[in-house]
Amino acid sequence: MANAQEHKSHTGLIWKVFGILSLITIAEVILGIIKPDALYLTKILGTSPLNIIFLVMTIVKAYYITWFFMHMADEKKSLRRAVVWTAVFLIIYLAALLLIEGSYINDVLGPLTKWSY
Amino acid sequence: MEANIATETNGETWGGGNKKPLGASYGKMMMWFFILSDALTFSGFLGAYGFMRFKFNESWPIADEVFTHFPFLHGVHAPMYYVALMTFILIFSSVTMVLAVDAGHQLNKKKVTFYMLLTIIGGIIFLGSQAWEWKNFIGGSYGAVQLNDGKIVQFVDATGHQIELEKFAATSHSERVQHTRDKGLWFVKEASLPPFSLDQVIEGFESNPEITIRIEKINQETKTKIIIPRAEAMAYLNEAKAVVKGANLQVNEYGKPLFADFFFFITGFHGFHVLSGVIINIIIFFNVIIGTYERRGHYEMVEKVGLYWHFVDLVWVFVFTFFYLV
Repeated sequence: MANAQEHKSHTGLIWKVFGILSLITIAEVILGIIKPDALYLTKILGTSPLNIIFLVMTIVKAYYITWFFMHMADEKKSLRRAVVWTAVFLIIYLAALLLIEGSYINDVLGPLTKWSY
Repeated sequence: MEANIATETNGETWGGGNKKPLGASYGKMMMWFFILSDALTFSGFLGAYGFMRFKFNESWPIADEVFTHFPFLHGVHAPMYYVALMTFILIFSSVTMVLAVDAGHQLNKKKVTFYMLLTIIGGIIFLGSQAWEWKNFIGGSYGAVQLNDGKIVQFVDATGHQIELEKFAATSHSERVQHTRDKGLWFVKEASLPPFSLDQVIEGFESNPEITIRIEKINQETKTKIIIPRAEAMAYLNEAKAVVKGANLQVNEYGKPLFADFFFFITGFHGFHVLSGVIINIIIFFNVIIGTYERRGHYEMVEKVGLYWHFVDLVWVFVFTFFYLV
């Protein structure tokens, strides 16, 4: 372990990252409350643009937490890739399979569901 | 056989020796791989939630109508605000955690102690908030009627807003009392009774001409639940099986019981992580106070629990998105 003199404080960076995370969260909440019709009721890539915006914001937040709070940026490239690439690949794979199957079942089941009595 | 045995330990056997694969200490590397596997577990749960949501895409409960409570604002429709507050509490406790790690790098025991304490308090507040959220969800807000095939029917007034059962249900005298073990069969339990009987609700519906019903199906154009004209409503209510108030693992007044199941399971599993994180933080906090890490010469242990704590925050970011926003 290096001694104290070599480590200078990163509090400035920490507060900056906190500011970014807060801003994104506030933007998410505002969008989630007003839900502008142009973003909420239109469709793009199989879902509403609003959902895509939320997903992108979430991934940006995850990036800031992992890179700067968990100090992934300071780890060796090999560790970073072993953890991040594995997670990203497996999660995308799993999510793709499950969501494709889910919407397929919806296509088949949806018309058969009885909604009038 | 001596050739096969690692003899070069230099007193760091418990730290994994001097060989450091991937340039991280044994404990830190293993914490990273634990986090990786735990992330995959949570992805499995959230993926399963996504599967069910895609499957019932046309009739899934709308989160804005489910989580609408805020402390001290009784009866005010306040979606999102409370969960946003919870998110900020968790992000802030993440910040104090990373400040503790930062202070640990400078071997500043006083600062590490202070920031660890703030982190623990943040975690406890978050857990309390989650308990309150659960309480509101279990207690319910409007009440609904379940049909024979399990579908949920909710009541709306002339403006299309949901209306509480209390506002219209008949208050005729009912003979039905809660069964308890001392009044009847000692080996039989009964779930708590809904506030009104089915007959009272239907009687109230008939005597209030401005009320009608809303089904689970969502109008894809406006993304709101479809309202059935009053003339056709009785056909639905003739199928009614039970009055539902609140949510549990079997029934859910807001719609699909699956929504409640996944909500309880995923936020519960996350809350369990927060709880264990708080407990581990408390242990490390006392180790800091008694000077364990000062004597060891480094505060890497704070860094390792910090990783776990940030991971809990990271999971919440995704839970927040998939349960409340999307």
